[in-house]
Amino acid sequence: MPPLEQIKTLLENAVPGARLEIIANGSPSGQLSLLIDREHGLAVAEVLREEADLSFDYASNVTGVDWPEKIIKEKVKVKKTVEGVEKEVEEVLERKTPAYLEAVYHLYSIALRHGPLVIRLRTQNRSDQVTLPSLTPIWRSCELQEREVFDLFGIHFEGHPDLRRLLMWEEFTDFPMRKDYLEPDDYEYEPTPHDDVLEKARRHQAAEAKP
Amino acid sequence: MTAPDVMERIEPVPSAEPLEKPIQPRWTLSRPKKPAATHDFLEVSMGPHHPSTHGVFRMDVVLDGETVVKLKPVFGYLHRNHEKIAENTSYLGSIPYTDRLDYICSMTNNWAYVLSVEKLAGLAVPERAEYIRIIAGELTRLFNHTCLAGFLLQDMGALGTPMMYAFREREKILDLFESLTGARMMCNYLRFGGCRCDLPPGWIERAQRVVQDYGPFLDEFEALLTGNEILHARTKKVGVLPAALAVNAGVTGPMLRASGVNYDIRKVDKYGLYERFPFRVPLGAHGDVFDRYMMRILEARESLGILRQALSEIPAGPVIDPKAKLRNLRPKAGEAYGRIEAPKGELGFYLISDGGPRPYRYRVRPPSLINLTILEDMCVGHTIADAVVILGSVDIVLGEVDR
Repeated sequence: MPPLEQIKTLLENAVPGARLEIIANGSPSGQLSLLIDREHGLAVAEVLREEADLSFDYASNVTGVDWPEKIIKEKVKVKKTVEGVEKEVEEVLERKTPAYLEAVYHLYSIALRHGPLVIRLRTQNRSDQVTLPSLTPIWRSCELQEREVFDLFGIHFEGHPDLRRLLMWEEFTDFPMRKDYLEPDDYEYEPTPHDDVLEKARRHQAAEAKP
Repeated sequence: MTAPDVMERIEPVPSAEPLEKPIQPRWTLSRPKKPAATHDFLEVSMGPHHPSTHGVFRMDVVLDGETVVKLKPVFGYLHRNHEKIAENTSYLGSIPYTDRLDYICSMTNNWAYVLSVEKLAGLAVPERAEYIRIIAGELTRLFNHTCLAGFLLQDMGALGTPMMYAFREREKILDLFESLTGARMMCNYLRFGGCRCDLPPGWIERAQRVVQDYGPFLDEFEALLTGNEILHARTKKVGVLPAALAVNAGVTGPMLRASGVNYDIRKVDKYGLYERFPFRVPLGAHGDVFDRYMMRILEARESLGILRQALSEIPAGPVIDPKAKLRNLRPKAGEAYGRIEAPKGELGFYLISDGGPRPYRYRVRPPSLINLTILEDMCVGHTIADAVVILGSVDIVLGEVDR
């Protein structure tokens, strides 16, 4: 496989206007990934499949990742004048990471036997702007997997031929794989007066009463 | 892109490594197409408790007479959100739970998960442990493939006999697993950086005896089945999957190779020590159900060769890296995708660590589910009885499909 930098420049030349970014990976596996913007996702995917040097003809794995808003506290030394004397004071800065849902695709090439190329697409937020382009028109193997991501994470794939829930039942409204999913305590009511069951019910009622 | 027509004729793909036995068609069955419908269609819900759906799986089939017009698979009857449970458990705690994914092949499930964690945390595996993994994995492939042949014949109406023959041999391998791990099916045997325990005394000799007897059993099994005219009539030119569609739809494992695509992850990724083992990759020419049946038999024969070599070459030494940390493993923040050639296809695990004791994201790439993507394309135009056979040839386990 050509190095990721080279793939990035190739894609930027082939798809004008595409905003690509290489995402670092801290693990020893060294699998870097390529972040593609939503608008050009489909066009970039088509180049990845059709370009002779790349020919990623096989999308192996499609999955979602939920990144809720996280507050990161950082200690920063700031120079301040306190009572006329300039001093270095430690201040705790709070930084919010943006909240979004992510779709991750692992691509391989069967023709050239290389891979994996990891591509990621991010939604604008995780509440109302959760639309991503579906890559099923490029790789048919995404069909059931994107349905699963829609089912469990709630990402809407635009252009998917048959976007329905896959594993949960049709009437189900929540998205169980999200980090803030609160499992209901009532759909399989267990009249067992154990502490953990009662505690779960209390937690659930408290969360419902909050808004 | 439009998917190629299912019934399109495909040219045989020249294989780099020729088949041990070229598949010779004895006679072929012509299937005249039925005239266009002038009457109502019949909608049948097959499953979830249908004997031929291999578990709790449902197909919504629209029939024109006996011919399948439309087929929609319905999943989720065995869903327990394996991924969410694993995200709330330590890395070590998920190993026994991976046994329950594809409950026939627990060893390969363990292997795929452990391989991904080793990639994520950068752990090394001793040589003896790699040999034990190959032996366990190939024994799993051996009985999975013969059992699948039995199930497939069961779906065609050969009630009991081929399946029971396959199960009789499987029991011998499960006895080996029981003496090695303490459990027949839910082995829970592999660990990050090696295996849980060493082989018990005399195990290699017993395994060698089982492997030695397996070749003659396969000959007997094939003598009973492969030449059978009913098998040929039911499987030849049924459920043809063209190579281009198979690649595009992410079909992996023996199904992909039956369509003539030379792609075996043991050869491509060379994970473990598979580089040291010269084995051939059988390839089909037509991509029909018969080729898929033949792939399983031929791959089982290749596995016997790998097993013979591994059992005679296995070195002495530790079975687990003494520096490997099992409990409270906290890999550095990052991600890894590891995959192996499981008997059903490419089994992969995608893990994201945030530096904590539990995986932030844990994803199973289930080959059984993804191989079902093109079930409708393979079944349309065939009779409902053929749809049963086509589903049987995909080789699914619902524990893995629904997770």
